[in-house]
Amino acid sequence: MKKCEDVSKQLIAYLDRRANSAERHEVEEHLAACSACHQRAEDFRKLWGVLDEVPLVEPSLGFDARIRARIAEEPRRGWLGWLVPQPRLAFAMALLLALSVWMAKLPREGNVAGTEQQDFEAIKDLGVLENYDVLSKFDALSEVPVEAAPADQQAQPVNPANDQQPATEE
Amino acid sequence: MEHTQTLQLYGTAGVRYNVGAMTRSDVQLMLDVKAGDEASFNLLLQKYRTPLVNFLYRMVRNTGTAEDLAQEVFLRVYRARKQYSPSAKFTTWLFRIATNLALNSLRDNRYRQMDVSIDAPVEEDAAPLQLPARELRIDEKMIERDRSEFIRRAIAALPEKQRVAVLLHKYEEMDYGEIAKILECSESALKSLLFRAYETLRVQLAPLVSQSVANRAREGRPS
Repeated sequence: MKKCEDVSKQLIAYLDRRANSAERHEVEEHLAACSACHQRAEDFRKLWGVLDEVPLVEPSLGFDARIRARIAEEPRRGWLGWLVPQPRLAFAMALLLALSVWMAKLPREGNVAGTEQQDFEAIKDLGVLENYDVLSKFDALSEVPVEAAPADQQAQPVNPANDQQPATEE
Repeated sequence: MEHTQTLQLYGTAGVRYNVGAMTRSDVQLMLDVKAGDEASFNLLLQKYRTPLVNFLYRMVRNTGTAEDLAQEVFLRVYRARKQYSPSAKFTTWLFRIATNLALNSLRDNRYRQMDVSIDAPVEEDAAPLQLPARELRIDEKMIERDRSEFIRRAIAALPEKQRVAVLLHKYEEMDYGEIAKILECSESALKSLLFRAYETLRVQLAPLVSQSVANRAREGRPS
């Protein structure tokens, strides 16, 4: 025979007639032998009768009207609703669009890149120009015609090969 | 129209069901709501407003709060209509929403009117449960009202999971599988839960149980 604690799990299903025949048989066998569980089962039956005494609460008269009014306030989706399913998403999309327009109006980054390219072109031969040895042996420069120079510079030779100043400075 | 019948049935626990709404299954009604049929939603509303309000009232013990929560349940059902798929019984879904809302409402402590604790058996400042003495011979209606209140308070004093289990089992007459799904536990655990709950109520309501037996004996009815 089953113990009281084992039967307790089956007792409710036995009393509400949802237990299968095997469970029912086990419970009945136990109840016939155990006066405490038999009394408990009887009390449960009476208890359920007592619980039925609680009267029903009826919803207020305006219950249906209230829920219908709330449903009527629900946003209806048109064909556009399928593209923009959520108001928050719609707001985010609008914000993104506004941000894109604002970004487009900002000064272009390409101008800065162009300036950098010009600077690079200007200084790419600077190493050669600063290399005194190369310039001093660069014969082609001697063929450059002398331009009219300011009075204080006319005495100076044009050919950098004769200019010893950079060497003395070093 | 078939579903406009007004004949009503009463379950053993006194919950009233609208027969018109029962001619089509709840799942079919909900699928019709999904397809855009507002009339089917009204049928579900008619069928379940009373059981739902009563379930929530027994959970939160305040009629206004119970109605507000019931409104919220129906609104959530309506909002979720497009995503509805009949993977479970409609009532499982409906009462699961209701249970979650009721438990959240209790846990959030939004409704201070509640005078019985959720977790503790009886809150400290709650008046002690006292059965009105029959020999006082006060007005019968008053006694009946006090008896009902005594029972409600005993149910409300149960731990929340036990309370939900008793309400769904006793008053909604749901099967064990359905209640287990709502409470997210096994059927075996549910049976233990129900046994503990009814055992507590048996002790709490012992005076009423013995009184009802005595009354029946006095009226010559079998117990």
